[in-house]
Amino acid sequence: MIIRLEPRGEPPRWLSPLLTIAAVIVALLVGAVVLAFVGGDPVKAYLHIVKAAFGDVGVLSDTLVKATPLILTGLACALAFRMRLWNIGAEGQFLLGAWGASAVVLFPLLPAGTPSFVVIPVMMVAGALAGALWGVIPGVLRARLGVNEIITTLMLNYVALAWIQFWVFGPWSEGGFQQTAPFPKEAWLPRLTDFAKTVPAFSGLTTHLGLVFALVAAAALSIAVSRTRWGYEMRLIGDNARAARYAGIDIARYVIVVFAISGALAGLAGMSEVGGVVHRLQDRISPGYGFTAIIIAYLARLGPWRVVLASILFGALILAGREIQPSGVPAMIQGVILFCLIAAEALVRYRIVIGRRAPSAA
Amino acid sequence: MTSAPIDQATIPLAIEAVGIIKSFPGVLANDHVDFDVRAGEIHALLGENGAGKSTLMNVLAGLYQPDSGHVRVDGRDVAFRSPRDAIAAGIGMVHQHFTLVPSQTVAENVLLGLDRPRFRLDLRQTEKEVGHLAAEIGLRVDPGARVWQLSVGEQQRVEIIKMLFHGARVLILDEPTAVLAPQEIADLFATLRSMVAAGRSVVFISHKLGEVLAIADRLTVMRGGRVTAAGIDPRSVTRADLARLMVGRPVLEALQRTAVEPGRVVLSVEGVSADNDRGLPALRDASLQVRAGEIVGIAAVAGNGQSELAQVITGLRTCTGRVVVDGRDIAAQPARQAIDSGVAHVPEDRAGVGSAPNLSLVDNLILRRFRHPPVARGAFFDTRAARAKADELRGAYAISAPTIDAPARILSGGNLQRLILAREIDSAPTLLVAVQPTRGLDVGAIEGVHQLLLDLRAKGTAVLLISEELDELLALADRILVMYEGQVAAEFPAPSSADVDAIGLHMTGGEGAA
Repeated sequence: MIIRLEPRGEPPRWLSPLLTIAAVIVALLVGAVVLAFVGGDPVKAYLHIVKAAFGDVGVLSDTLVKATPLILTGLACALAFRMRLWNIGAEGQFLLGAWGASAVVLFPLLPAGTPSFVVIPVMMVAGALAGALWGVIPGVLRARLGVNEIITTLMLNYVALAWIQFWVFGPWSEGGFQQTAPFPKEAWLPRLTDFAKTVPAFSGLTTHLGLVFALVAAAALSIAVSRTRWGYEMRLIGDNARAARYAGIDIARYVIVVFAISGALAGLAGMSEVGGVVHRLQDRISPGYGFTAIIIAYLARLGPWRVVLASILFGALILAGREIQPSGVPAMIQGVILFCLIAAEALVRYRIVIGRRAPSAA
Repeated sequence: MTSAPIDQATIPLAIEAVGIIKSFPGVLANDHVDFDVRAGEIHALLGENGAGKSTLMNVLAGLYQPDSGHVRVDGRDVAFRSPRDAIAAGIGMVHQHFTLVPSQTVAENVLLGLDRPRFRLDLRQTEKEVGHLAAEIGLRVDPGARVWQLSVGEQQRVEIIKMLFHGARVLILDEPTAVLAPQEIADLFATLRSMVAAGRSVVFISHKLGEVLAIADRLTVMRGGRVTAAGIDPRSVTRADLARLMVGRPVLEALQRTAVEPGRVVLSVEGVSADNDRGLPALRDASLQVRAGEIVGIAAVAGNGQSELAQVITGLRTCTGRVVVDGRDIAAQPARQAIDSGVAHVPEDRAGVGSAPNLSLVDNLILRRFRHPPVARGAFFDTRAARAKADELRGAYAISAPTIDAPARILSGGNLQRLILAREIDSAPTLLVAVQPTRGLDVGAIEGVHQLLLDLRAKGTAVLLISEELDELLALADRILVMYEGQVAAEFPAPSSADVDAIGLHMTGGEGAA
């Protein structure tokens, strides 16, 4: 008996989503085996994850809070990946975005007491611009000099982290701690709980305006990729850059623009996190959103709305991580999901043939 | 199915394939195919694209395992699991796309894939052996040369030597002449003759009838996965018979060629020089003109600057000198300039440059229209208008595909070429640069492409046709320019078949004649 991989002709349309779902299920099963191996009860653990993430309106709201930066960074990665630009730097762009938004409040760029409806848009622009700048650097290097963007984006993450640390340990440090002073209320993104006076049911819900940014961004990207000339040109570059050049498309310009938008989205995620959740800049502002975003973009097969769904799933895993012991389990499941996804990719193009060699017919 | 005359039946069979069935999802590529090769013969395998020739040969060469049927080599049943098994049994295949390592020497490439040397690499010794083997069959190759320095014809010789060095007694050549100049073809044929004289066998895959009739001892024709003529004597058939066996209907190359008075100069290339991908000079001060309503053919052996010429004109390669299209110098400008000046381009590399393989037919068919209404509506992309255009072109140019949403990669070579031609011709170009527009196409499809080019000429379009098929150039071109080492070496103002030898001589840099 032999097992071999044989190329498929044309994979059916349903195959790829099916394999994605199968990959997630397999990952959960692998997770269950590991849980059982270390003496846990996998069924109980998973039920607990579900309850901790979706059990009631309160935790669902928390899940969405966790999902918000993931959606924005996930979109950032998905957009770049569509053009086969491997932006591994959403983490750094996120940090720069958080820094840019903080700068508005902490330098301060606006006088104290400026009303919310001015401060927040300025923070958004500052965060997006800072993130975009962090994206444009590798974009220009790649477009003009052919420098590998994987290396540059990855390395810039560390630069961004060092940059944040410089500010929170130094000029912006609050009494020597590695964090800044809290932002004034005007710089806080409105949360549902802020409207509890008019809608009592919102009391205690921390879902904030950032989620709206994320959903608007998903909608805008979804329209852009499928309904605009820009989306068509991106499709062409992503599938065959030589054909795109042949069609007269200025690829270098696209590389830079896409890196800028990708960075701006990740930067907006950073802004949303400092403005909506943390309300100050601190050393450990991101638990690795920009890296998780890579897995999310992959899991979503680069579809904007699917990024939203995948982000909620990962938001739930992160949230539940605080609840279950050992808390490394959700991180492990994330890793196994990525692993299974990559393995499943092979099955889209090949099928497994198990059997004896074809018998000789007389 | 094979009905060999009795007097020849005693010649031992080197390979015998019986009842080969091989299917791929949706396609029965080989349907009960019988095929045999005698020791010491050149057996030509003819057929259109998709006829199943390559599948059959890949079965013999160990790349595919048949679903059913069996293969005997020298009378013994064999079951190849890989090309390694096949070569061990003495069957070697030279593919259309060479599998050489460009940065290594000829001798190193020949050693590749062998289990020897076990430890110490004695390249001198190998070079000597390779040299002997080459001399034996009359191939000129320097075993110490690096592969990237070799011409395509020389690389092919390396592939052949490699297979022989690995012990091949049956050599399968997949469309070996597609990349060769007339003189090189003659050399190849001489080599093949001396190989079979020494008792080896050759399977020669082709769709060029003239060639096959010139070289083959026996012929097998395939169509739609079946054998339509098995092991027949080439002296017993005519070209028309073979064309009918291949296509399944009579083929007449009756082109509608109207007299067109050439108009204004549309393209003027003036003193253009450019480098190739390796940074070596490919075009050296080349100049030429193409007028409206005129087909100018470029004849050249691969690698003499003709590909770079097309890229320079279409804005895909930077250059010095002037490239004037309708009075506008577009030299060294981005491709967009050429497109906006009305230059259409049927590129040499259809899958790699001319199409986006994973995108739909719709996306591929509007590659030249997406900037303009009705497909573009401001920044938006009108999917409905794009689909309407795609539907129209699919119908008008008979592109056969399940739907217009199918990805371009599923199209056969001929259909993909029709798609590209449809798109380029539909853009109503003032100049069409067509590079190898019929390479790899079958007889029926070639006829269609030729007619499309002539229709375009009749409409007053200037056509620059770069082709390695001299027959094609002679049939279509109003003038033929021969390129050699990046320059226009000769011009034939009213080419006829009498010029073939002179053209061939110029293609290989020969002086005198003409």
